[in-house]
Amino acid sequence: MSDKEKIDKTRRNLLVATSVAGGAATVGAAVPFVASMWPSERAKAAGAPVDVDISRLRPGELRTYAWRRQPVWVFRRTPDMLQDIKKDDGVVSDPTSEVLHQPAYAKNEYRSRTPELAVIIGVCTHLGCTPIEKPASDKADMGAAWNGGFYCPCHGSMYDFAGRVYKGVPAPTNLWIPRYMHLSDNKIVIGKDEQGEA
Amino acid sequence: MASRMTALWDWIDSRMPTLGEEYRKHLSEYYAPKNFNFWYYFGSLALLVLVIQIVSGIFLTMNYKPDAALAFGSVEYIMRDVSGGWIIRYIHSTGASAFFIVVYLHMFRGLLYGSHRQPRELVWIFGMLIYLSLMAEAFFGYLLPWGQMSYWGAQVIVNLFNAIPFIGPDVSLWIRGDYVVSDATLNRFFAFHVIAIPLVLLALVVVHLLALHDVGSNNPDGIEIKKKKDANGRPLDGIPFHPYYTVKDIVGVVVFLAIFAFVVFFVPNGGGHFLESNNFLPANPLQTPPEIAPVWYFTPYYSILRAVPPMFDSQFPGVLAMGGAVLIFFFLPWLDRSPVKSIRYRGPLFKIALTVFVVSFFVLGYLGTVPTNAWGQFGPWLGNAQRCTVIARIFGALYFLFFFLMPWYTARDKTKPVPERVTMH
Repeated sequence: MSDKEKIDKTRRNLLVATSVAGGAATVGAAVPFVASMWPSERAKAAGAPVDVDISRLRPGELRTYAWRRQPVWVFRRTPDMLQDIKKDDGVVSDPTSEVLHQPAYAKNEYRSRTPELAVIIGVCTHLGCTPIEKPASDKADMGAAWNGGFYCPCHGSMYDFAGRVYKGVPAPTNLWIPRYMHLSDNKIVIGKDEQGEA
Repeated sequence: MASRMTALWDWIDSRMPTLGEEYRKHLSEYYAPKNFNFWYYFGSLALLVLVIQIVSGIFLTMNYKPDAALAFGSVEYIMRDVSGGWIIRYIHSTGASAFFIVVYLHMFRGLLYGSHRQPRELVWIFGMLIYLSLMAEAFFGYLLPWGQMSYWGAQVIVNLFNAIPFIGPDVSLWIRGDYVVSDATLNRFFAFHVIAIPLVLLALVVVHLLALHDVGSNNPDGIEIKKKKDANGRPLDGIPFHPYYTVKDIVGVVVFLAIFAFVVFFVPNGGGHFLESNNFLPANPLQTPPEIAPVWYFTPYYSILRAVPPMFDSQFPGVLAMGGAVLIFFFLPWLDRSPVKSIRYRGPLFKIALTVFVVSFFVLGYLGTVPTNAWGQFGPWLGNAQRCTVIARIFGALYFLFFFLMPWYTARDKTKPVPERVTMH
């Protein structure tokens, strides 16, 4: 091979350098497109915390509020219901809420800051349907051992009145408890606590 | 006149010879085996349905509004007020189901005659990519009418990504573009459905056909016609695709369109399987329908998803099993170790396995359309387990065993001698 035909490999450095730079620029150009698919500023604003007036929530009453367009149950449990939750310790799969589906202040038997008032995201942890409230009196539907709670119509998952999931149902974990805090005796805010917004 | 046409053609051909070359390469001088049978209709029918979907889809977009507040109303507007709107929409919705029927039969043909085997592995892989794109296309399209089933179906499927460890919740948030399925989700699904996925689909169809025409078509005997050629280098058992198979395919097209038209005019809902009754209610994010069932073509995989119990506090295993049930088809060319391709020369083991697989697919498909408590519970001897769930687990296992055991039973199977030339039955 003569010198003329010899490949000057140093010239390939330019080729490699431009390919790498061009490739990096292409990846960089993808950033705004990927970013555009995250929630927009408007969507984030619409997901702001929600104030709820609980002064007219009667014992045993459950009201659904929309937070980030998810149903959030605000539920004033009666002493009987609290007793029923204790009875369910044996049938639920995570009685002490070891899976962190709640802020630290709700990691207790009732999964709430105060025993009576429950704030629960009403979205089944299986595939995101909304469970239905079934009182303890609904034994005809739910079986004799039923102590009241929530039943998911999609795939039959069951939760007790603390949102703890039953053993042997499709849903793997307890319902989510959002961040929330009491602003006064009659007012709570969903989606926000001392630590900030969720 | 004839000479003028010839002159025109010469004018074009001298300027763009590619046209004539490609016409000869892919149609008039593409030699296809002469023993194609009934099963070979479904490739060209899939192409026909693709055209039907694109044309009807274009006309639907002229009146459809991809806006959470307007979408449901605009679909009703198409159905009631747009001239011919109802028939265009029914053509499109029937076309979606027809697409899957035709593609499932096309894939089954591949299994029957070993069309996935060497040297057609790439044809098979491109075909599988088409199938995946088709599933994405169907999923994105199903949200657009913004009915209850659209909404909650999308909610369930997007939440599947939640199960991915660590990054799951962020992935589903990114897909939705909001904390729940919302206007942002609808708008982007519209973009995916009408432009992104169709472009991918068209490109893949071109690649699928190019890959096929490079290696040549398989046939019901699973033998290579290119091994026996005449003096001109043409396969002895091959006939030009055009006019022989174009004419044959027209017969298939006529029969197909007759059935298609019957569905469009008389049973557009497909008995609740093509259009689900819950989807005639507008989407309501705060109220889940009593039962969520996907459209029939996804139900075998949906059954597998439901059948796998959560493990380690996660439903990721179920999601993995569902994804695996689809993706495992990609490996078929390498799982099959039989010395013969066609079922005609295979032994009993493969025939049994294929039958079991088809039955499993149908049973899982059926179970995916009913709630898990449809058949009640077993007694305490089986822990009161739901009958449907137990049966879905058994057939889900059989589904996977068809693939996992394939290297074993195809290699052991007693095969018959393969003829030198194709046979006509």
